[in-house]
Amino acid sequence: MKSGGLIAILLGILTVVLVVIGTIWPGQTAVALAGGATLTHSSTTPEGAVQNLATAIGRRDWGQAYSSLANKGEFSQEDFLRDLTGSYESLRTYATLDGYDVRPLHQSDSDANVQLRLHWSTVVGVFNDSRDLHVVRNGGRWQVDWPLVKEQRVPPQVIPVNYLRWDVIYRGASDDWGAQDVEAPHVRIVDMHPVDRAEGVVIMGELLNEDVVPAYVSVRATLLGKDGSTIASEGSFDKISHILLPKQVTPFFIQFHNVMLSQVSSVRMDPLSELVPASADPVIEIQNQKMNPAPGATLTGQVVDQSGEIVNVAHVLGTFYDKTGQLVWVGDTYVDRALQPSIPENFSIPIPEDLARKVSTERAVVATYRVGGPQ
Amino acid sequence: MRRSPLLLSLLTAAVPLAVAQSGSLTVPKMVTAGSAFSIQTSGSGQATLYIMGTDDVLKRDVQLGQPVSIAADTVNHAGHYLVVLTGGGTDTEQFDVQPANRPATVAFLARPSRLSTGLHNGITGAVYVFDPYGNLITNPTSVYFQLSGTGGPEQSRTVQTHDGAAWTQMDSSTKEGAAKFTARAGDVSSTRVIQQVPGDPCGLRMTAKRDNKGIQLQTDPLKDCSGNPVPDGTVVTFTESYYGLQTTVDVPLKRGVAQAEVPAHPGATISAATGVVMGNEIHWGGNE
Repeated sequence: MKSGGLIAILLGILTVVLVVIGTIWPGQTAVALAGGATLTHSSTTPEGAVQNLATAIGRRDWGQAYSSLANKGEFSQEDFLRDLTGSYESLRTYATLDGYDVRPLHQSDSDANVQLRLHWSTVVGVFNDSRDLHVVRNGGRWQVDWPLVKEQRVPPQVIPVNYLRWDVIYRGASDDWGAQDVEAPHVRIVDMHPVDRAEGVVIMGELLNEDVVPAYVSVRATLLGKDGSTIASEGSFDKISHILLPKQVTPFFIQFHNVMLSQVSSVRMDPLSELVPASADPVIEIQNQKMNPAPGATLTGQVVDQSGEIVNVAHVLGTFYDKTGQLVWVGDTYVDRALQPSIPENFSIPIPEDLARKVSTERAVVATYRVGGPQ
Repeated sequence: MRRSPLLLSLLTAAVPLAVAQSGSLTVPKMVTAGSAFSIQTSGSGQATLYIMGTDDVLKRDVQLGQPVSIAADTVNHAGHYLVVLTGGGTDTEQFDVQPANRPATVAFLARPSRLSTGLHNGITGAVYVFDPYGNLITNPTSVYFQLSGTGGPEQSRTVQTHDGAAWTQMDSSTKEGAAKFTARAGDVSSTRVIQQVPGDPCGLRMTAKRDNKGIQLQTDPLKDCSGNPVPDGTVVTFTESYYGLQTTVDVPLKRGVAQAEVPAHPGATISAATGVVMGNEIHWGGNE
């Protein structure tokens, strides 16, 4: 038998063995998060108490998590729940705990500081929630003082809004065949820049809606080889603000895995636009944008809803330029809490460290989504 | 019994001769769609007449020697037809049906349905002219195009169809609004609406005023280079830069102006832009 076949058989046997081991003796965290057992750690250590709390949160056993806290007299279980899942529907509401890390920071006989990093899984990726917990000793047990982040609430009020909206009547089946449908919005790619990264080729750019009507937009890029053949074709997916109001600009980001720029002869760009009903509200202000240099380079700031409606999900896209105004990078992040009128929410967009040094200016835009549909 | 091939060939050749003696056809070479016409037959006795086109097949029992009348609105589709007379023998003739020279429908394609003001030859209209039976009229027909209704000068021209189609180009008006684009052939017409919209803003100017919460920014009413107001909903981006930080907000025009409020930071630089058009810059001194 050839050596390749032997290796394949060995790998197959090894996979089966590992599956059997994982089934018979699963990891404690996995079992606990899956609801397959009760709390699996002892509260006789600060780390154990934090792990128990994280496990209960992961199982959405809010009663168990709340009752394990040392400072539960300071707030209600509903406050605790709102802290973790948000007051209004948001990414947090539908997130599931994918895992957690516990890192001891300090410990004495009576108290300890432990960092808990919760990794929440959502439809748009993972977001992390880091809390520095104070853990206190009560008799023989350790209990967590939960640092409640109380969401600000907008007091009941009426917020008048000059509502501006576009509705569309499309061509009907009974219309004369010569009757034209409403014209698709005119959009234009105003900037495009391919970059070679370790993961593959990245196509970044900016798209302008130069029309007077709103547009639903997306961009598709096709890489062509030196012989004119198609290497790969990808869309911008969620790395774009899909609804563009008149004269609005969005960055876009398209990634091609396992393709080198040296293989590419040319790139065909296909911007797509459709006329859709849309609203000019909400208006989102992005305050205090700040470039934080490497290591851990980020663009941070706060988004503020200046309108009167709740925004369930806010998607912040950052465009980064060098000193000559050349596009360097496009990054994005989602805000995990709902935006309430006039209440700032923090965001942080990571920037690759090798590119962060080149960034001179940046521009951020926000795409918003409400429960029931975009905008 | 075995027949020789020569005998079979002679019999086959004799059959059409026998038919010609029993009945034959005389048909017009050209007929107008929907019109009445007649087919002359000769001979005696009964026969069956078939008229076959691409869309129609007619069957008539006929008395040979009598003309066969085809009533109006019977043969309506333009094209090539085959006439077959059978009865003791077979005779075949052909004729063509041409479209009626009476426009009944104009299929009007106007593009685009929305465009900027002041574009030379920006609007295209193409017309196909059909008769009452849906046949494309291929004879040259006059089509009158007219673009009107935005307050600008009316544009019109007459174009002859070529192979059933006529087309023209028009300039978009310098004044925004919905224009009526009409094509007329004979007594029939078709109208499309062309939305003429303002172009890019021509000059963007904003002012800043201190209020209780921060700085109130407001643009002057935005207009394009022809003086048309830029439509509400157009986004203006305000950017405030201060101490290495930045605040931006995309605001849609409402009632012709864009308004936003940004935090007050002494020494801040505030700029405005819409699309690729930059506006003025304001250096915020502290009060105004």
